[in-house]
Amino acid sequence: MTVEELREVAEKETARQAEYRHRITCCSAAGCASCGGTAVHDALAKAIKARNLEKEVELAGTGCMGLCGEGPLVRIAGDGTLYQRVDAAVAERIIEEHIAQGKKVEENLVDTSDPFFSSQVKIVLENCGSTDSEKIDDYIAAGGYEALAKAVTEMQPAEVVEEVRKSGLRGRGGAGYPTGLKWGIVRKAQGEQKYVVCNADEGDPGAFMDRSVLEGDPHRVLEGMAIGGYATGASQGFIYVRAEYPLAIERLRLAIKQAERAGLLGNRIFDSQFNFRIDIRIGAGAFVCGEETALIRSIEGKRGRPRPRPPYPSEKGLWGAPTLINNVETFANIAPIIRKGSGWFAAIGTPKSAGTKVFALAGKIRNTGLIEVPMGIPLRRIIFDIGGGTPEGTTFKAAQTGGPSGGCIPAESLDLPVDYESLATVGSIMGSGGLIVMDSTSNMVDVAKYFMDFCVDESCGKCVPCRVGTVHIHGLLEKISEGRGTTDDLALLEELCQMVKDTSLCGLGQSAPNPVLSTLRFFRHEYTELLHAPEGYVPAGTANEKSTTQ
Amino acid sequence: MAILTLTINGEHVSGKDDESLLAIAQQHGIRIPTLCHLDGLSDVGACRLCLVEIEGSPKLFPACTTRPQEGMAVSTDTERLRRYRRIIIEFLASEGNHQCAVCVVNNHCELQNLSYETRLTHVSVPYLYPKKELDASHENFIIDRNRCILCTRCVRVCHEVEGAHTWDIAGRGIACEIISDLNQPWGTSESCTSCGKCVLVCPTGALIEKGEAVAEMEKKTDFLRYIVNARRKREWVNVDSDEE
Ligand SMILES: Cc1cc2nc3c(=O)[nH]c(=O)nc-3n(C[C@H](O)[C@H](O)[C@H](O)COP(=O)(O)O)c2cc1C
Ligand code: SF4
Ligand code: SF4
Ligand code: FES
Ligand code: FES
Repeated sequence: MTVEELREVAEKETARQAEYRHRITCCSAAGCASCGGTAVHDALAKAIKARNLEKEVELAGTGCMGLCGEGPLVRIAGDGTLYQRVDAAVAERIIEEHIAQGKKVEENLVDTSDPFFSSQVKIVLENCGSTDSEKIDDYIAAGGYEALAKAVTEMQPAEVVEEVRKSGLRGRGGAGYPTGLKWGIVRKAQGEQKYVVCNADEGDPGAFMDRSVLEGDPHRVLEGMAIGGYATGASQGFIYVRAEYPLAIERLRLAIKQAERAGLLGNRIFDSQFNFRIDIRIGAGAFVCGEETALIRSIEGKRGRPRPRPPYPSEKGLWGAPTLINNVETFANIAPIIRKGSGWFAAIGTPKSAGTKVFALAGKIRNTGLIEVPMGIPLRRIIFDIGGGTPEGTTFKAAQTGGPSGGCIPAESLDLPVDYESLATVGSIMGSGGLIVMDSTSNMVDVAKYFMDFCVDESCGKCVPCRVGTVHIHGLLEKISEGRGTTDDLALLEELCQMVKDTSLCGLGQSAPNPVLSTLRFFRHEYTELLHAPEGYVPAGTANEKSTTQ
Repeated sequence: MAILTLTINGEHVSGKDDESLLAIAQQHGIRIPTLCHLDGLSDVGACRLCLVEIEGSPKLFPACTTRPQEGMAVSTDTERLRRYRRIIIEFLASEGNHQCAVCVVNNHCELQNLSYETRLTHVSVPYLYPKKELDASHENFIIDRNRCILCTRCVRVCHEVEGAHTWDIAGRGIACEIISDLNQPWGTSESCTSCGKCVLVCPTGALIEKGEAVAEMEKKTDFLRYIVNARRKREWVNVDSDEE
């Protein structure tokens, strides 16, 4: 395909869509699909057919529309009407009343002027909810693959790297490493063969940002990877995605096939010397396989166990070759950066944390779902404007970011801007985008125990501190939460947490104690209230002189 | 290859840039406790005993997998490191079922020696008392998983030196176990050549010879050095050409 041909496809598709009077989009991502979304899609199609409206109404299955807690969701593209909790009967009414008679189905309307929608800024999710996830032409009509065309035909690889660097984009997989810097290292690394790897392992409990992007807009990730391949000199990409994401895998497979057929992946892309292929590798869902060195070993067909770094994958990655490894959301930001320029991107968010971040809102909050917000937005706005606050009759207590590797942010810090550095000041991390809200009914010792239990399960067992230490930390938490703990146990708990953090081999063990340390920092009283004094214990400062000198 | 100078515990030392900090320390007679490392095998950085401090970084670095840099200031024996090493040994002691008094390698056990060296006087975490299997199906050897500390030396020697890859790890986290073949009894293993290398490199009484009585068995790992050296220098090639 040439650049001109790409434009033709876009024009033809836009013209085709314009022939319809209505475009109805129905969320076909896993969240809605799991609560009857597929049946809604079928009911809509049936109702359209029954009224002979096929030439007037186009029905498209799209990615996640965000308000997953109220799904299945259906949108009427023209006027932007959004319907929630749609079932077959409501689907029938949408066609009969809204489409045929122009009368909205009031009972299921979503108020789209709610801050849930107006406070969001969509870059990564811009197509989710509007383009058909299974049609490459729809993606192209929305400007898809233009960035790849621009990079390959108008820019030198070094210029692409520079553009990404100037955008200020940082890795969305958790650590926030500057993406342009990483690309530059891989570009300069010596090696005949280089690889691009997309980390779609997404192991944080409750997180589904990456899944939503892959299900809703798979081509965007492919395009980002191809641009990464061009910039770094790689000709082969791998997407490592967990087997628990069957729909994402299916859509990716389809997308790769479509892109290959269109000549957007394969040899001589846009008639240039650039060749790039992408293959999928399916993981078995171990959390540790999201760690880059373990992920690489897993792609190589070995046991997914981390190894000490350096060497970093940028120098020695897959089969010893320089390897660019980025997160799904990181790659999803690339095409818009190249298309609209680094200046546009850098102006969103804060100077040190540019762009947006996708979060999966969960826990004790009214609006659960997928949101995308500009970096630097105060936590308060996420929780209360977008999330609608905690359920009736309860108050906000804390929010956990970074899942089992992160920490909690207490109510005192609600005005904290959500960016990499600010979150670090309160002992938490941006993480990959899990955001779990706790209210006055939540018990923080239990929260810490839950995450430690997860780490005990997910530790790969390679290094001693994480393999054994997490078990003992969990045991101490259990003891304390059951009211059997002593002050000595609390002291031991803190010592072991520090030790496991300092001595573990990989990020899993190094960050496993974070939820404990963080809840201890802000909610220490919840621990101490559960303690009981050991027998014969004399509280500090109350012993008489005789006994202390003995 | 370049020669670099650095300091270890304030002492000026020199080493090659492709050597580990551990190797450099050893050449200068500076002891760093190790368990998963064994001269002649690849390093995995798993036991974390050899962690050292490097000036200018808050992180700790495994000496066995860290390369030197010019001017690096390394500390191997700080109060924090000593405390952490003791906890590591404490963790290992609590993880298995280590009854030294009835063990054939009693007094010749690396775990036991390290517990003396790190001054582990008592174990303050609860013993986990796992249920682990003993496999005595092999003609000459026994694996008692109760005494295994998962250092993977056996896995590596079998794969890297003997080339049989009989051993591997099954499970995850605290449930990890050393298995032979695809978790078949060792005695039925088709890949095992009965060379006994794994038994010799095992730091504890997990892999032992049959017929040894309590405290009788001493493990010798020198053979590894000879094999690896001979391979590196291609000495068997020279032997062949001499004969011709
Ligand atoms: C235990 C563990 C799990 C991880 N899981 C993921 C994951 O699921 N997805 C991801 O993108 N990065 C994950 N990471 C981070 C990766 O190691 C790596 O830093 C990241 O993929 C780099 O991409 P980025 O720079 O685009 O963020 C994990 C790290 C650790 C230590
Ligand atoms: S820290 Fe945990 S997950 Fe990472 S290597 Fe060690 S045992 Fe494995
Ligand atoms: S059997 Fe011995 S050598 Fe093998 S992992 Fe266990 S302790 Fe190490
Ligand atoms: S899955 Fe349908 S709105 Fe998120
Ligand atoms: S000897 Fe270095 S980590 Fe075990």
